[in-house]
Amino acid sequence: MNTSQHVMPSSFERWSWFKNLNLWDGLWAALVLASGFYVFARYGSEMDTFELGILSGATMGLTGLGLLWKSFRGLVIAVAVISLWSISIYGTDLSLAEHNFFLKFLISSQSAIMWMSALFVMATVTYFYATFRDNEFVGKVASSMTWTATAMGLIGLMVRWRESYLLGPDIGHIPVSNLYEVFILFSVITAALYLFYEQKYETRKMGGFVLLVISAAVAFLLWYNFARDASEIKPLVPALQSYWMKIHVPANFVGYGSFAIAAMLGVAYLIKQKAVQVNPDGYMARHLPDLDMLDDIMHKSIALGFAFFTMATILGAMWAAEAWGGYWSWDPKETWALIVWLNYAAWLHMRLTKGWRGAPLAWWAAIGLLVTTFAFLGVNMFLSGLHSYGEL
Amino acid sequence: MNLAITILVVVAIASVIGTVLKQNQPYTDYIIKFGTFWHQVFLKLGLYDVYGAIWFLLLLAFLLLSTTVCVYRNIPIILRDVLHFRLNAQEKSLRTMANQQEWQVAQETQQVADKAQQFFKGAGYRLRIKKRGDEQVFAMIKGGLSRFGYIFTHVGIVVICIGGLIDGNLPLKIKEWRGAISLETRNISASEVPAKSRLKPQDNFSFRGNITLPEGSTTNLVFLNIRDGYLIQELPFSVELKDFRIEHYPSGQPKSFESDLIIHDDQLSKPLKTTIRVNHPLLYRGYSIYQASFGDGGSKLHLKLWPFFDPQLHTTKVDTAVFDHRDLKVKGQKLTLEIDKFQPFNVFPAEKGSGRSFVNYGPSIVFKLRDATGVATEYLNFMGPVEQDGRLFYISGMRKSVDEPYRYLHIPMDPQGKVDRFMEFHALLNNTKRVAEIARQNATKALKNAKLNSPQVRDRIVDSMRQLVKLYVDGGFAAIDNEIRQRVPKDKQASVADAYIKILRNVMQSAYLDLLKQEGVDISKPLSPANQAFFEDAVTNLAAISKYGSPFYVQLASYDERQASGLEITRSPGKDIVYLGSGMLVLGIFMMFYIMPQRLWLLLKPVDGKLQILLAGSGLRNKEDFSKHFVELTKAFELKALGIAERR
Repeated sequence: MNTSQHVMPSSFERWSWFKNLNLWDGLWAALVLASGFYVFARYGSEMDTFELGILSGATMGLTGLGLLWKSFRGLVIAVAVISLWSISIYGTDLSLAEHNFFLKFLISSQSAIMWMSALFVMATVTYFYATFRDNEFVGKVASSMTWTATAMGLIGLMVRWRESYLLGPDIGHIPVSNLYEVFILFSVITAALYLFYEQKYETRKMGGFVLLVISAAVAFLLWYNFARDASEIKPLVPALQSYWMKIHVPANFVGYGSFAIAAMLGVAYLIKQKAVQVNPDGYMARHLPDLDMLDDIMHKSIALGFAFFTMATILGAMWAAEAWGGYWSWDPKETWALIVWLNYAAWLHMRLTKGWRGAPLAWWAAIGLLVTTFAFLGVNMFLSGLHSYGEL
Repeated sequence: MNLAITILVVVAIASVIGTVLKQNQPYTDYIIKFGTFWHQVFLKLGLYDVYGAIWFLLLLAFLLLSTTVCVYRNIPIILRDVLHFRLNAQEKSLRTMANQQEWQVAQETQQVADKAQQFFKGAGYRLRIKKRGDEQVFAMIKGGLSRFGYIFTHVGIVVICIGGLIDGNLPLKIKEWRGAISLETRNISASEVPAKSRLKPQDNFSFRGNITLPEGSTTNLVFLNIRDGYLIQELPFSVELKDFRIEHYPSGQPKSFESDLIIHDDQLSKPLKTTIRVNHPLLYRGYSIYQASFGDGGSKLHLKLWPFFDPQLHTTKVDTAVFDHRDLKVKGQKLTLEIDKFQPFNVFPAEKGSGRSFVNYGPSIVFKLRDATGVATEYLNFMGPVEQDGRLFYISGMRKSVDEPYRYLHIPMDPQGKVDRFMEFHALLNNTKRVAEIARQNATKALKNAKLNSPQVRDRIVDSMRQLVKLYVDGGFAAIDNEIRQRVPKDKQASVADAYIKILRNVMQSAYLDLLKQEGVDISKPLSPANQAFFEDAVTNLAAISKYGSPFYVQLASYDERQASGLEITRSPGKDIVYLGSGMLVLGIFMMFYIMPQRLWLLLKPVDGKLQILLAGSGLRNKEDFSKHFVELTKAFELKALGIAERR
């Protein structure tokens, strides 16, 4: 009987989901809910309706995510504990970032972000090594690096959030307000989404490809930091002082991150397909990830990205209605969001109604990332408009 | 369906145009950019307002129509699919399915049927059972909501488009085509705008308009900017601006823009007082009032005009206001003073290493001087002195056209902190009589011990000194250089230039000392470094006046700031419809992607004393996922319903 229980795969639990929750799940839910209640009890009186909404939403979201994806719990706990530790070292003295050993070399926001950057780049190389040398152990190392980098990135953001308040109560804000901060967010979200697929599909062969796009983001981040001093925390312009920012920006980056993953898997698909054409039993064909799986995850990733991108665009429209006087003004950023949306809507229609599979969709996903990147960066760089927050 | 996807892509591509080509700019800008021919072509194609262009609207309408048709066609199919259990499925057809599993067990049909029913119900399947002789067929459906996701998403888009249409400017366009209204293009005051360009509150239920409201003023009008003209929209209430404020962070960046408003409305028992700021508009009677921009509301300026042409230095006081045009008579010529802008502070990033993050240059005005022929020069004058190289100057920038950078006149600040000494110095050097006197004193002193001391020689020297000063004041070193080139043989030019400069300096220095004496400075002692530096700066900058282009220096003596708040007032009754559609869209997308629609059939058939069990199923959307799910489902079914612990 025990063995048969063991045989029962975990994802089957979906159909009787609640019945299959175990003690750990209960503890997890209790921990998150208790933390939520603690925050409410301590700070609730200072919060307005929206902040309470965001608190309860975050509590439920974290509980749910932890139940759906068990490994996520470790990440959340690690990030929470280390961030709180860092914040407690700071106290109210921001200058400790230069003097305290832990802050200076490990867990001040800037140090944590540098660790994240280094680890993501190293993980990229390590994943590729593991893929082409069939080395299971090295693959595990790459995964650990990615997990750690993700945690460090999140810690960096959390601590940066606190640091902004230490600069001045009216300067403090969630660190998703400029290009520097959202590139960290992009790296972290993309990595987390990737790690989910890595676990679910039990393969590390996609890691190198996905981490390649994260490494590109990290390269930009470092250039932006060192050449433009972008890591400095700046107060918010009046247009950004809104609770919408807390939900609009992260939702957008779940979208961007998913589209980025889909594009990189599209590239992997095309390379693999070419390799199989050249020599079905060749070295490349044997080592690159499976075509059907790539096709499947590409689809899932675009579906997820599309759902979140739709939400983000709608949230953006609601914000625009409050800040710019209209939910839709055909501002360049809005228009490009629509273009991106139409692009992936067409992609999904092709797959779902026309039954397209494989190479054409892989090409489309890869090119789609260029469109998405333009909507994300190009609009800010080349076109003027209302949404000119992340300028280079 | 092919058509729908094609339209999706075409709309996407068409949308790009409006982001690349700046929309709704003044037509003159386009003509400068593209030339008359292309301007006409682009105008005809509606490229300056792509999203309002007929062809674009038709494209959207087409997308809407095709989506509607799609939904209309698919709803019956989906309903049939979700409601119909297909109990008549035959064993043969079940065996053709991609996902199937078969068992032979030594159990009673009814016993297995009961357990199976319990199992599948527990797993969330809706089911129907049909008995065919000693056979039993289960037909099961799960995830039917996913199919409704399709309806939700597509109806959502239709709803969004309808909401957008309500908020669009189509009704206004139709009125314009019918000739019921016409755009006003003249720059006239609101009260002069004819009725054909005015809209009553009930004429227009959806708009986005702007108004710049100076502090202390009230309005019930907003301007709707359309193409190269505008319409005036009347409001059923009026808005008064009490106060506009900008708050700053310690770093000097703006922190908030706020307007204190009072709404006057017959429907209100007393006026409604409220404060709006960016991200916090006022919602009132279906209208939204936003803090959109700010500007000057006609600040009162008190100017002092220092003439450059008058040796007596008769200054003129002018009381004016921002946006005022004032005709002045200067030396018999008409000159119009147009005040464009007043700024109470000018914050610039500080130089690196100065220890400050920004510097404030203080108040400034921007104005134009337009001559009788209509040619204008623009000036930017700072009210207070600005530090440059450790010394303080009153700075005035000038330029002939807006494309040019400003060129600056630096007036050294005198020890009293004013421009007076410089102006007096300039006036003194302009005063031929005084210059002649000073030159005579200088010449007399210089000739005292000379052999050639005769009145003729002295007069000649005095005359050339006067000439030199005039040349310098009127044209700077360039004029003197020019003079030398024309009159002096080439080989002697250098030595003559040296001599000239020496003489010029001497005369100017004497004039300067004269001025200082008048001020009460003891000139028997050596000059203080400040007075010395002033002289050098004054001499250097005097020459620039000839190119300054204005017959006077306009000094901002004092001001009375009056700010204006830029309000955007909108009415969009379609908003909630758009949000409803958006909600449906999001809900639909999640239903479609994350609920797996599936069908299962279970056939129980006694064969040779044993019970043959056939489980078959199909996933509608994601076949790969369903196959995985099916494998897991069969394992659980085996364990829980059939009591088979281990897989064979």
